[in-house]
Amino acid sequence: MSGDRRDQDVIVVGGGVIGAAIAYGLTRRGVRTLVLDESDRAFRAARGNFGLVWVQGKGVSNIQYAAWTRRSADLWAEFNDEIKERTRIDTRYLRSGGLHLCLDEEELASRSLLMANMAEASEGVFSYEMLDHDELAHRLPGVGPSVAGASFSAQDGHVDPLSLLHALHTAFKSTGGMLISAPVTKLCYEKGGFEAKTGKGSFYSGKIVLAAGLGSRALAPQLGLNVPVRPERGQILVTERLKPFLDYPTIFIRQTEAGSVLLGDSHEEVGFDDGTDIKVMSAIANRARLIFPRLERTRILRAWGALRILTPDGLPVYQQSRECPGAFTATGHSGVTLAAAHTLDFARFVADGEMPAALDSLGEDRFHVH
Amino acid sequence: MFTKIGQTQEESVRVWFEGCEMTVGKGLSVAAALLGEGITHFRNTPVTAAERGPFCMMGVCFDCLLVIDGQANLQACMVEVSEGMCIERQCGAADPELDPALAATANRGETTP
Amino acid sequence: MTKHYDIIVIGAGPAGMSASRTAAAQGARVLVLDEQSSPGGQIYRAIEKPHNQRRRELGSSYQDGVPLVHGFRQSELDYVNAASVWQLSADLEVGYSRDGIAQLVRADRIIVATGAQERPVPIPGWTKRGVMTVGAAQILLKESSVVASDAVFAGSGPLLYLAVHQYLELGVPVKAVLDLTPAKNYLGALPALFGARADFAKILEGWQWKRAIGAAGIPLLTGVDAVRISGEKSVESVDYRRRGEWQAITCDTAFLHLGVVPNINISMAAGCDCHWSHNQACWTVTVDDWFNSSVAGVSVAGDGVSIGGAAAAEAQGGIAALGALHALGRIDASERDRLAAAYRIRLRKEMGIRHFLDLLFRPADRLRVPREADTVVCRCEEVTAGQIRETLDLGCCGPNQLKSFSRTGMGPCQGRFCGHTVSELIGEASGLPISEVGYFRLRSPIKPLPLKELADLAHSSKE
Ligand SMILES: Cc1cc2nc3c(=O)[nH]c(=O)nc-3n(C[C@H](O)[C@H](O)[C@H](O)COP(=O)(O)OP(=O)(O)OC[C@H]3O[C@@H](n4cnc5c(N)ncnc54)[C@H](O)[C@@H]3O)c2cc1C
Ligand SMILES: Cc1cc2nc3c(=O)[nH]c(=O)nc-3n(C[C@H](O)[C@H](O)[C@H](O)COP(=O)(O)OP(=O)(O)OC[C@H]3O[C@@H](n4cnc5c(N)ncnc54)[C@H](O)[C@@H]3O)c2cc1C
Ligand code: FES
Repeated sequence: MSGDRRDQDVIVVGGGVIGAAIAYGLTRRGVRTLVLDESDRAFRAARGNFGLVWVQGKGVSNIQYAAWTRRSADLWAEFNDEIKERTRIDTRYLRSGGLHLCLDEEELASRSLLMANMAEASEGVFSYEMLDHDELAHRLPGVGPSVAGASFSAQDGHVDPLSLLHALHTAFKSTGGMLISAPVTKLCYEKGGFEAKTGKGSFYSGKIVLAAGLGSRALAPQLGLNVPVRPERGQILVTERLKPFLDYPTIFIRQTEAGSVLLGDSHEEVGFDDGTDIKVMSAIANRARLIFPRLERTRILRAWGALRILTPDGLPVYQQSRECPGAFTATGHSGVTLAAAHTLDFARFVADGEMPAALDSLGEDRFHVH
Repeated sequence: MFTKIGQTQEESVRVWFEGCEMTVGKGLSVAAALLGEGITHFRNTPVTAAERGPFCMMGVCFDCLLVIDGQANLQACMVEVSEGMCIERQCGAADPELDPALAATANRGETTP
Repeated sequence: MTKHYDIIVIGAGPAGMSASRTAAAQGARVLVLDEQSSPGGQIYRAIEKPHNQRRRELGSSYQDGVPLVHGFRQSELDYVNAASVWQLSADLEVGYSRDGIAQLVRADRIIVATGAQERPVPIPGWTKRGVMTVGAAQILLKESSVVASDAVFAGSGPLLYLAVHQYLELGVPVKAVLDLTPAKNYLGALPALFGARADFAKILEGWQWKRAIGAAGIPLLTGVDAVRISGEKSVESVDYRRRGEWQAITCDTAFLHLGVVPNINISMAAGCDCHWSHNQACWTVTVDDWFNSSVAGVSVAGDGVSIGGAAAAEAQGGIAALGALHALGRIDASERDRLAAAYRIRLRKEMGIRHFLDLLFRPADRLRVPREADTVVCRCEEVTAGQIRETLDLGCCGPNQLKSFSRTGMGPCQGRFCGHTVSELIGEASGLPISEVGYFRLRSPIKPLPLKELADLAHSSKE
């Protein structure tokens, strides 16, 4: 296939949950789109995350991000219905409300402050409740005595992230999208168009979206972009299937529709190592049994590590290149929560060739100011 | 049809399977003991509720899962029978509510001396 | 404090027993972990039971294990039975569970001798209750004297005939034997017969087993090229196709066997390089002459590397131990080579017949890679071949993406009974060589681990 010239409107670099959401957003608007994705064993946070569609606590320091997150969470149901209808894949999305558990009184107090700030900054659009231990135990029967309480927001939900990725790939393909498994080695900008070089040949397009997760960092400068992301490892354990016992997702424990319980997750600065570590796994298990003593008797079936894609301030970066107009990037954390906005909104920005002012503060300029 | 051959085990233990008392050879795996009693239905899968029984007998396939003394999802081919053991089918996903002490007495039922 | 040994051997089959004896004989501090209740591995399972040692019906090769186990028991080493290993990390930490407690141990060298498991037999109905592997039939017999009368045996390979022969010797009625060896293999294996000549007695023995089946009046059907299991909830009949015609044999138990494949979960999770063996149609661990894997300090020996049988496993265990002893500075190179010489002669001889057996008993493509859309591939999550092919049509890039998209390999067996089929299905769809397709990314725990045991580890290390 080498040297094959397959003209596309847009090339999306990266087929993780951000790349796939944008790519499908483009094909559903009739834009001819090609996704170039790395191989089976690539770092792919889309396959290792916790599956929360989460609003509470997001954007405490950035109101644009808070609003963008809320918008996506509000679009999720509509977005989910659409992909389900198109693919028949049930992503198990549920806006059940979610709990941020606090393991001691001090944590509960500072959580309460944070939530109050968030609600105020949102001018009342963000809603939440603080629960003490007894109120929490009412919603989560069997919660351990050492859990002090929680914040609850009805705006939170969860989804099976693997079915989501599967559905996005399927929807993309069924709307005429093309996916090729070939890592991009070089990107070039010439005469208003783009060339993506891969081991399977070069591909050309009028626009390009860099959504390669941790891979975005190295490719960004070739498009005149700056994507200073670093990996942060999170380890997750998963139990055997259990009968349903947990009605709400929480930040540490979530029961999937299949019955398995995900226990998460760690925050480790270990570079590009997505392995597992017994000490961390053990600590996660220990925390899980403090939260739900009954989990002691269940079995851990699998464990994995995955790398978060973090900018210095932890927020995603959205930018159109000034040097190479038509080149965009969307890279960062919370790609599951933001999937609906990426498909329904961000793809439109790319198609129209213009980023909205409402995402100004999430551009790359923030990395220069010191 | 499964049967036992050779001299019957000199030593035996009593176990309860789904509330029925049975005497089985000491030292046998739970899976072998039940098969020897002609029982092949060990579990119903959590996905389609299909009936399953032991397949590999060496701890690889996880098709022999049972609830043993209140502990769910144990591999019957890897656990030895013991006196008074309470054995039940594993029906679908494990029950996180199961209390081992309660389960044990409930299932031994009237047959308890 | 984590206990520290010179060498930890995982598995007490022929390879593990031989390795640990050899190492202990040179004064190394050795720990042997095995999940069975007594040493012996698969072939010599339950050999310490007095009634088994008297049982001629189990065959002469079974009795070969008596001196090996005896020698193992006499050795100065720590042997822990009923210890299920769930972790081997690349920095040589071993995690295992016993009696509801998880423990971590360390060593300067690890020898993985975890043997083989039965190859998946993904035919329609193979998940039905009453269908078991031929190995399972043997385990029931050796360990518990439990047998199934009037069962149908279907498959290919020496173990199939050995098991039927053992049943006949014990007077257990057998309904029928279906031989699934592809007819073309007989011709294909012929040139390798010369290399196997040193083991002519073994070939003759196999042939005699086969003849004895006929002599006992048991239908022995060769040239069967497709099988399926019928029955509503459990086995009601085994249906087979022969010369283009389907026939059914009613029965309530069916034993299937398409040979054995290396049990690679521990080695793969530790990060050892593996490659696909075309002749054996399975994943094998890449090792050097001393059975060192690609992970420093980890050797792999026996049927857990590639299938060689018990005698080869024993020799490999010895060689691996000598290599490890040398690496530890306990013996010099000339001593190592001298002690290894006898093992190497034995190994060479075993490998002669192995090549012949590999070619003769290589299962037909359609038995390894199901054609029928509704045949279950992943027993745990009940994912069918059709669902997998549909997912692959998306342009799915490999086994791990497939696992994410279809749940194949996500159940408690962790891919042990679908991984091989999945690699081959992807190879078929993508046209890539299987070695390039790869396998599921395995990570510890490689066996389900109670949360309490895992959580307690944090506690105990804090104290
Ligand atoms: C432990 C953990 C828990 C998380 N929990 C949540 C959660 O609960 N909710 C939530 O919203 N988010 C969560 N996240 C974050 C979320 O997973 C990520 O934000 C999201 O996956 C990012 O999507 P992505 O497509 O940018 O990156 P990825 O999913 O990592 O995909 C990047 C893709 O780019 C490809 N690629 C890289 N380089 C190249 C190249 N040179 N050429 C071609 N392709 C390339 C890779 O193959 C890969 O497919 C979590 C993350 C982690 C690690
Ligand atoms: C079911 C079965 C029956 C067989 N019967 C025969 C036979 O009758 N005749 C014959 O010639 N060949 C038989 N074989 C083939 C057999 O693989 C070899 O002949 C021989 O046993 C290989 O020796 P080994 O030492 O490599 O492995 P094995 O003998 O298989 O020994 C491996 C040992 O490792 C232990 N182990 C594996 N994983 C773990 C873990 N995670 N934690 C702790 N311990 C572990 C096992 O309990 C086992 O004792 C059989 C194979 C199987 C699968
Ligand atoms: S029968 Fe296979 S794990 Fe027990």
